[in-house]
Amino acid sequence: MSAIAAIPPKSYEVKPKLDESGTPIGELLEISMGPHHPSTHGVFRMDVVLDGETVVKLKPVFGYLHRNHEKIGENISYLASMPYTDRLDYFCSMTNNWAYALTVEKLAGLAVPERAEYIRVIMAELTRLQNHTCLIGFFVQDMGALGTPMMYAFREREKILDLFESVSGARMMCNYMRFGGVRVDVNDEWIAQTKTVVSNYSKFLDEFGTFLTENEIVLARSQFVGVLPKELAINASITGPMLRAAGVNYDLRKVDKYGIYSRFNFQVPVGEHGDIYDRYMVRVLEMRESIKILEQALRDIPAGPVMDPKSKLRGFRPKPGEVYGRVEGPKGELGFYLISDGSPNPYRYRVRPPSFVNLTILEDMCLGHRISDAVVILGSVDIVLGEVDR
Amino acid sequence: MIDEGLKSELQKQGVYVTSLQELYNWGRANSVWPLTFGLACCAIEMMAASMSRFDLARFGAEVFRPSPRQADLMIVAGTVTKKMAPLVVRLYNQMPEPKYVIAMGACAISGGPFKQGYNVLKGIDRYLPVDVAIPGCPPRPEALIHAIMTLQEKIRNQDLTGPNRPRHLNAEVDGEYPVPAYGEHDLEPPKNPEVWQPPIMTRK
Amino acid sequence: METLEQIKARIEAALPSAKIDIVANECPAGERSLLVDAANGFLIAKFLRDDAQLKLDYCSNVTGVDWPDKELTEKTRVKQVVDGVEKEVEEVNKTIRPGYLEVVYHLYSMALKHGPVVLRLRTENRADQTHLPSLTPLWRGAEFQEREVYDLYGVIFDGHPDLRRILMWDEFVGFPMRRDYIAPDDFEYEPTPHDEVLVEAKKHYPVEPKAEVKV
Repeated sequence: MSAIAAIPPKSYEVKPKLDESGTPIGELLEISMGPHHPSTHGVFRMDVVLDGETVVKLKPVFGYLHRNHEKIGENISYLASMPYTDRLDYFCSMTNNWAYALTVEKLAGLAVPERAEYIRVIMAELTRLQNHTCLIGFFVQDMGALGTPMMYAFREREKILDLFESVSGARMMCNYMRFGGVRVDVNDEWIAQTKTVVSNYSKFLDEFGTFLTENEIVLARSQFVGVLPKELAINASITGPMLRAAGVNYDLRKVDKYGIYSRFNFQVPVGEHGDIYDRYMVRVLEMRESIKILEQALRDIPAGPVMDPKSKLRGFRPKPGEVYGRVEGPKGELGFYLISDGSPNPYRYRVRPPSFVNLTILEDMCLGHRISDAVVILGSVDIVLGEVDR
Repeated sequence: MIDEGLKSELQKQGVYVTSLQELYNWGRANSVWPLTFGLACCAIEMMAASMSRFDLARFGAEVFRPSPRQADLMIVAGTVTKKMAPLVVRLYNQMPEPKYVIAMGACAISGGPFKQGYNVLKGIDRYLPVDVAIPGCPPRPEALIHAIMTLQEKIRNQDLTGPNRPRHLNAEVDGEYPVPAYGEHDLEPPKNPEVWQPPIMTRK
Repeated sequence: METLEQIKARIEAALPSAKIDIVANECPAGERSLLVDAANGFLIAKFLRDDAQLKLDYCSNVTGVDWPDKELTEKTRVKQVVDGVEKEVEEVNKTIRPGYLEVVYHLYSMALKHGPVVLRLRTENRADQTHLPSLTPLWRGAEFQEREVYDLYGVIFDGHPDLRRILMWDEFVGFPMRRDYIAPDDFEYEPTPHDEVLVEAKKHYPVEPKAEVKV
């Protein structure tokens, strides 16, 4: 793969099929799916053109949840942006916190104590577990299994949210990490509780897998549907489980080794075909690896402080400069780009949202499939609109 | 009207007496069908409320309908942006009477943490009549359950006759609200003055 | 990975007309960036992508930055003869740095797992000369992000296949992420105003009737 071919987006003009004499057969049907649609996972809209039931053109329309996160971030202090990052990808507030804290630490050159690093890893992996679990619930719902898989997924999610709540005070919007550490320490009781949740999780995954992994409907609806070729995935900046399902071994936990990920023994699951089923399987296997990381982290967590005593939260003014920090979120590469001009507010505050960029190839994956498959393909991308539109 | 004392006396003897209004409102209050209408973060808590642990079904409000034509409660769960507001109003107009609105979370009430944004509507009450508001960012599922109970209380106490009768029994009141249009910088009009007037504040 | 100086030298060898500067970065992580001229921007990006030693096949992040006109004050000490005595006098020079829009690309390599190389392109000014070459033909991943920069900052990407507004509605006028954008005034009801919001909210307070002057 020396010279990568440029892969242009599909042409915008579509015409109905012609018969032998050159007259069009039937008409194209243009429908607008969303922003209020039960299967678009939020206020997402797709302008779809159908030839019969086949998708011939699909343009995503964004902005229905554009709540000016970046503009607000430029008008408030560094610390005040932390609770806003919770609301980016509202399933994974802990990873968002970590990405932002990591970027600011890189900008100001702050160190993080050992115990805080372990707590961050535990929180991030718990977040990954609950995000992937819920995603699979939604995704099976898109295939028509209304209700029941979601009930299972949310039952397990509540257990993890209880852990988050007991340590941070909030179920979803944890606002837990700070520049140079985490806000409050966890106690031994919490760690024991987490160990129980983690050790029971593989049992749940076994149960969930029995129902879904070899389910005939899941296989029929997902195998060889929405195939994403490897070259296109790299060229279109796809990250996260979608990229790895396409066969690229690129996980920032291994590549950047941010935090203390180099200490843990885990593997990166990689798919072969790049279809929906591979994306499902990569996520299931990633959860198994997360459980491994959690077991190691909960075993090895040292005692000590959780905040760098040198870091100061109020009146925080980093020196002028710019930085780009990124972590492997459950949905892909979550990056923050900050430009400091020496004032208490960032001059430029930019979020690199994984699910927004992952939607680039939605059209390429859907073309030629049925409209009902487009719903499942969208479900397999794993989007959260708070992050797509910011 | 039947005397309260006689009513309870009869009940002890196994005879249940009620008025048509009570019966009608009792039926309405216990079968509120919400619209599946998630806008942002609060929608996840709304889903959690209908899932395993919190089980909204106990209150007769678990039948989330994807179509506004079949729903009678709109839970505005999340930030309403200016790009989304016309569609929210249009969905509300499509719902059949009697219909109710719950503004769930700080964003739906007032714009919440995002109210300084150039694309954020400062509260859905600028365009729609809100029956119950739930504070919180996001409110817990218990708060949503409480809001539904509050709404049920409100429905139970509605008079079916007289000037305060609900909209669907009053032919003179129109249940449709004007849909704002996209303008150059803001929605046009930026608020519906028939629904919302800024409260007059005096500051000393 | 090579240093930025080596990369710069190799680009200049391959593309003699290219003008490249290295932008310093004082923060501890110190990711410096390559400032390239708009005319050669596309070719330089193509070189970075296809070069066998760099293979920057992954365009992670595309950011717009607005730099409005800025008054720079420079203090210089000049020797002057005042009343026959030579004195050192401080002289203040004021220059106006013309504003521009900047687009920043963060490039990584998935094949070789290194990076980032930060690429910056600047427009001529903020008003009418806001054209830059689009890098979407090289990296599909830039497609939506460049549309977003166009929507929020007003940079026009030549060669972009589908340059439309992405987050705001089509009828919207103006570029809201620019630093001089004035948001619509809807501060008529502010129960707890403070700071800037208080200034805005005060415009909506009812005018207090003036006390009548007793004669």
